[in-house]
Amino acid sequence: MNLTVNGEEKAVSAATLADLLPELEFEGDWLATAVNSELIAADGREAFQLSEGDKVEILAPMQGG
Amino acid sequence: MVTFYDKEVASHFLLGTAQYPSPQILSEAAKAGEVDILTVSLRRETAGGQQAGQKFWELIQNLGVHVLPNTAGCHSARDAILTAKMARDLFKTNWIKLEVIGNSDTLQPDLFQLVVAAEELCADGFEVFPYMTDDLVLAERLLEVGCKVLMPWCAPIGSAAGPLNLTALRTLRSYFPDTPLVVDAGLGRPSHATTVMELGYDAVLLNTAVAKAGDPVAMARAFKHAIEAGREGYLAGMLEPRDFATPSTPLIGQAVFS
Repeated sequence: MNLTVNGEEKAVSAATLADLLPELEFEGDWLATAVNSELIAADGREAFQLSEGDKVEILAPMQGG
Repeated sequence: MVTFYDKEVASHFLLGTAQYPSPQILSEAAKAGEVDILTVSLRRETAGGQQAGQKFWELIQNLGVHVLPNTAGCHSARDAILTAKMARDLFKTNWIKLEVIGNSDTLQPDLFQLVVAAEELCADGFEVFPYMTDDLVLAERLLEVGCKVLMPWCAPIGSAAGPLNLTALRTLRSYFPDTPLVVDAGLGRPSHATTVMELGYDAVLLNTAVAKAGDPVAMARAFKHAIEAGREGYLAGMLEPRDFATPSTPLIGQAVFS
């Protein structure tokens, strides 16, 4: 399946958002995720089925003012 | 003490976490400033296990402070709302420093989108800290939609210009005596912080003035003293300026030599 992850095209085998993170080596519980401009909360990633062409954003804490 | 949405903190100094020479210096500056609230942001994580976000997050957690996530870089209410929701899911706080940028050169907030975003976020249970200009009517609108803290700039972000419009800041203070007011953005020197705290502001939020100083740790300490001095001066009740001298030494009992 082809997705856009953080602005980059990716071909992945994961079926759910929970499976996508380790496949792309995003690990840990400090991540926030959104798909197609909707928040997918951490406890909803396992149930979230990915679809062809989904736009996935994976964010992490960063320095800010 | 100052209370933000039912959370009471001792420090009147909020500090940003960007642009420090190193994570260690950020950590030392936060300690030297004795801050209770640090602002953080969210950015795309790099794939491949580098986990820069994890290291930063551990550093912040070890400081034992309240975290105030921001929506920096958002240029629309829609983007700011989504970023706020992602921040709440990650940082487990309803606090959000709401930034909706309207002009890329001045980083002036888009006042119209700001109110739209604030209304939706407040209705969704967020505790919004709006980054705003010093406009009185904007302040009224933000309070109407549910904000219980206001954070006017005093000059453009990172400009170090200091308070450009004391009258506007004073007006906000006099109109909203019971709303926590934080000057966010534009301060450059400790004396700037003292000036706005003397107006009765509840706190200041700094980043660039500390992070880009020659010695950020010493500057954080200097700002801490300046903020406290301004606060204590305000509470102590300052004299109004006069046009003529008033002798400070009593005249009674003064010798007459001729």
